[in-house]
Amino acid sequence: MQPILEISGLTKTYSGGFTALKGVDLTINKGEIFALLGPNGAGKTTLIGAVCGMVRPTSGTITAFGEDMGRHWRTLRKRVGLVPQELATDMFEPVLRSVNHSRGLFGLAPNPALVEEILKALSLWEKRDEQIRNLSGGMKRRVLIAKALAHEPELLFLDEPTAGVDVELRRDMWKQIALLRERGTTVILTTHYIEEAEEMADRVGIIRKGEILMVDEKAAMMERLGRTEALITLDQPLAQVPTEVAAFPVTLAEDGRTLVYRGGGGEGASAGTAEVAELTKALTRAGIDYTAIDIHESSLEDIFVNLLEGPDAPVQETAV
Amino acid sequence: MSLFNARSAWTIYKQELMRAFRTAMQSILAPVLTTTLYFVVFGAAIGGQMKSGVDGLNYGAFIVPGLLLLTILGESVSNASFGIYMPRFTGAIYELLSAPVGVAETLVGFVGAAASKSLILAAIILFTASFFVDYTIAHPVYAFFFVLLVSASFSLFGFILGIWADSFEKLTIVPLLILTPLTFLGGTFYSIDMLPEPWRQVAMANPVVYLVNGLRWTFYGSSDVPIALSLGLTLLFLVLCIGFITWIFKSGWRLRT
Repeated sequence: MQPILEISGLTKTYSGGFTALKGVDLTINKGEIFALLGPNGAGKTTLIGAVCGMVRPTSGTITAFGEDMGRHWRTLRKRVGLVPQELATDMFEPVLRSVNHSRGLFGLAPNPALVEEILKALSLWEKRDEQIRNLSGGMKRRVLIAKALAHEPELLFLDEPTAGVDVELRRDMWKQIALLRERGTTVILTTHYIEEAEEMADRVGIIRKGEILMVDEKAAMMERLGRTEALITLDQPLAQVPTEVAAFPVTLAEDGRTLVYRGGGGEGASAGTAEVAELTKALTRAGIDYTAIDIHESSLEDIFVNLLEGPDAPVQETAV
Repeated sequence: MSLFNARSAWTIYKQELMRAFRTAMQSILAPVLTTTLYFVVFGAAIGGQMKSGVDGLNYGAFIVPGLLLLTILGESVSNASFGIYMPRFTGAIYELLSAPVGVAETLVGFVGAAASKSLILAAIILFTASFFVDYTIAHPVYAFFFVLLVSASFSLFGFILGIWADSFEKLTIVPLLILTPLTFLGGTFYSIDMLPEPWRQVAMANPVVYLVNGLRWTFYGSSDVPIALSLGLTLLFLVLCIGFITWIFKSGWRLRT
């Protein structure tokens, strides 16, 4: 895999003394969709700002397309696009002129055919002569995406791209982002919506208090950190966990009617379900009847919450 | 690697000029109307009663350069400061900061557009003034370049103001509380030679005196201070502003966090 962006030891301490980034190391590969997950104030926007030129890093290096971003910013910024979190643009401008302006700002000659294609793909073509202020919130966000795409960036940052948009539009945007990936654009998105990362990302990074807690392929992360939970409803209540199943990671619910299994963590998605099957066999052998089994795997959200709610989760950088 | 991207600069310039025409009532008609009222009240009405004139000139003609400068200073500062302050205020500055645009393109775009607006206004005001007072321009080429120099210098100053300001109040405080009084006391409506000592010496400490008199020289061939001194000080101000803005871009002061 060819790295397109390499961040090394990136630290940002603001003048007030607050350290937003604490020696972040991160590598993004060409052509992937990378989701950066983290709570408010984790440092996601600061990280994007440092790469895109809005934030001056205190220390560390940023290498994009194999060149130092600080030294070759003129050539490298032409290849990077940004969709900001806030709906920030001149709202009195018509859509088409605003998108053309963005292309010109990056030093490129007008390309009406390309701009038309972008606006049509984002369902904005019919609104091209409307002032941006007259559009709905979702449409405004699409305009910002169109502006960011106008100079055909190879690396695109999307800072909370679907914040505040309805479900239908969110799914529509996911399709647009998937199309971008098909065209070879590398996408880095920050999001609060775990579902979004789960749906789209190839790899996921989790950031908390300016530190990257974990970076891994989404599937590998779920395989490694995912757990299986099974709720087995017993026919007759029990006073304690039967000795026949005591070797399994089970507990008895307060009412004595539900046997709770939590296991399989770090052993792959199928390990937990296989163990639940063994558990049910052991119950049958012991003559303990059950009436229902409710079994589910951890979602990315469960993993995210567990990591962030841990007492002080260890910083762990895994394969890039 | 090119150090100047002409297309980026042109894009900013075009956008800023369009913004002025979009708000033509405020940015063009309002200053023209205000200046016209000055010509009517001071030039035609009061000036008509002053048979002796000032420095051998009809009073209405005497105040033309000063009134022109009053508008140019105010509009240059106001246009350039709003031009950069608004994207900072709305957050749209992200696009400029993330683009391959340096100090040169930014200045040509924002300051060039603000200075262009001032030149357009100056032309409209001179045309309007011709209906109320008789004036001549002795050195039209010098006049053009002096107006251009003053417009550019004060647009640069306005740009600095727009970056320094963190509220609309701060944005308007310098033009209202500093520039306007200095212009009124800078010989717009009277000759500095008319002032008794020590007020004449005090007036010479007002930088606007050199601007008003510089422009007046290009109109009538005479003024209270030598034209070379006026030109030199204006150029010095221009260079200082460019130096300060270059530092702002290098340090990221109030632009980048």
